[in-house]
Amino acid sequence: MTAFIFRRLAALLPMLLAVTLLVFALMSLAPGDFLTPVKAQRDINPALIAELQKSFGLDRPWYEQYVRWLGNVLHLDFGYSWTYKVPVAQLIAQRAPATILLSLTSLLLAWALAIPLAVLAAARPGGWIDRLTSAAAYFALAIPEFFLALLAVWMAARTGWFPIGGLSSLDHDFLSPFGQFLDIAHHLVLPTLVLGLGGVAGTLRVLRANVLDVLRAEYVTAARAKGLPERVILFRHVLRNALNPLLSTVGYAFAGLLSGSLLVENVMNYPGLGRLVYEAFIREDQFVVLGSVVVGCTLLIVGNLISDLALAWSDPRVRYGR
Amino acid sequence: MAADLIRTLLRRPAGMISAVLLFFLYGAALLAPFLSPTIPSAQDLKRTYHPPTGLVWQKGKLCVRLYKLVDPSTATYEPLPGQSAPLQWFSKGASYKLLGMIPSDRHLFTVATPACIYLLGSDATGRDVFTRLLYGSGISLGIGLVGVALTSILGLTIGGLAGYLGGWTDSLAMRLTEFLMAVPGLYLLLALRAALSSRLPSDATFLMIVVILSALGWAGTARVVRGLVLSLRERPFILAANILGQRPWTILFRHLLPNTFSYLIVAATLSVPGYILGEAALSFLGLGIQEPASSWGLMLGQAQDIKIFMLNFWWLLTPGVAIILTVIAFNLLGDALRDAVDPRFRLPGK
Repeated sequence: MTAFIFRRLAALLPMLLAVTLLVFALMSLAPGDFLTPVKAQRDINPALIAELQKSFGLDRPWYEQYVRWLGNVLHLDFGYSWTYKVPVAQLIAQRAPATILLSLTSLLLAWALAIPLAVLAAARPGGWIDRLTSAAAYFALAIPEFFLALLAVWMAARTGWFPIGGLSSLDHDFLSPFGQFLDIAHHLVLPTLVLGLGGVAGTLRVLRANVLDVLRAEYVTAARAKGLPERVILFRHVLRNALNPLLSTVGYAFAGLLSGSLLVENVMNYPGLGRLVYEAFIREDQFVVLGSVVVGCTLLIVGNLISDLALAWSDPRVRYGR
Repeated sequence: MAADLIRTLLRRPAGMISAVLLFFLYGAALLAPFLSPTIPSAQDLKRTYHPPTGLVWQKGKLCVRLYKLVDPSTATYEPLPGQSAPLQWFSKGASYKLLGMIPSDRHLFTVATPACIYLLGSDATGRDVFTRLLYGSGISLGIGLVGVALTSILGLTIGGLAGYLGGWTDSLAMRLTEFLMAVPGLYLLLALRAALSSRLPSDATFLMIVVILSALGWAGTARVVRGLVLSLRERPFILAANILGQRPWTILFRHLLPNTFSYLIVAATLSVPGYILGEAALSFLGLGIQEPASSWGLMLGQAQDIKIFMLNFWWLLTPGVAIILTVIAFNLLGDALRDAVDPRFRLPGK
């Protein structure tokens, strides 16, 4: 098992190299750089621009910049953000928890809603719960996340029930710990709903199919023959086995949430990684982009690894080795 | 075979509904210049944030109500009681080129100049939302079809070659697909978008978006086609073709790949929404289709304007509803196709 974990983590390195190289090369191909808006201002001394260019390393060819960055990363120095004038690592450490928090709550919402609904739907295929949830899932999967986010912001602005954006109120620092918790929870409601809805629908469809599959197994017939109540059969025997394939997709679901949150964060003004990456891309703040790409890919791979481990833990037949 | 397929498809309610819906959507997109009362770039700065104009039946004619601007600062319009202007059918208006080549200046309906018709209201510069929606549908729907065609060709060729040739071609292609599938897509999307210059004419932007989305999207198709080719390769009819002395290319393109078509049709239909949503996301972020052209994503992006938010919510809803309808239609069609084509091909994942 340890060897398996190490092998998976080792596979991370070539991938990170390839992705950062690709992203950096593509960004350098783009016309202009971080200093282009500065150059466009007429009252700035060309000597100052040349100096800035030199200090940013923008006067070197792109591959040299990349190799330099790579060399610094070996010393755990991810460069610093030209926009915010702080180290990239610090910036990401500030933003990443918000995104991870949002992804976790969305995943939690998806599971909390989808699991009971899927089991109930599959218990009577073709029944009204089944038909209703299937239709709702079909519809939910067709709604673009950013459209849903727009609707949510509009609703918040109209009714005032929820904050329009952000993660905390202005007076957050003056609240009691419990008040701070409530404040953040209040801010999280809408983004979680928006980001979680697609997850609910997707999980529901997969899980319903799994439950239907498992219901055909012989041990279910045996349990029924023993006279166990249907509720116990469904939730203790069937659900446990039906959840296994779902566990292996958690990693991908998490990755999907990371991508999806980029759009949602931008619409809902949520201070997470997605908005940071987007703004960095627009301003060509290259070290922030590279750092975020590294964090994003690492989260994805670690997420997949954890879901594989969870699968092995829940299903004794799954063994990683060799 | 194609006629058979279409007949089985249309016999299913889901297939029928989606086919009709898509027929109307694409029809409206193709005839957009004719169906819309004006052109998408026509501004009217005196009628910004106009509410949808009401239609009434007066003197035996379908008429549009007239409105008066009460307060420009809050864009409050009030209908003038009893006043209206009749719609003119098949009338002359702004000239356009139908399907990009047939010059014409006939519109399905217009109103005489002092009056105006905004079926879905107007935007910040007084442009007709209905017109922009119709014109935008051409771009949004077109990107879906062109993107899927490109992806299918890429996936078919690469997957087919990888499966048939095997060896290092296979490993190279598969490592590439694994890489593409493992990287968060939006990061690559943003990077590719940054690399391809932002100052492009709108036709080139359209092509660029298609190329970007296809370059990221072929991996899944290629992997399944490879798997299918690997299993088909061992079938007796391929062995027979080998014994007959047919050349490898002939075998690949005449015998192997056509057998993957039924999978490909279903997969392609089900992946159209991905492209439509991808374009919408890019344009929404301001990285896709640029003004003065319009697309559904771009319109939704512009709806983030706070004034529209509070005044003219229609403008926000319509492109979103159009996207949802299209996506549902394609998903329904794909599911119906899957049932109709061949129950042997079960798609992975869904």
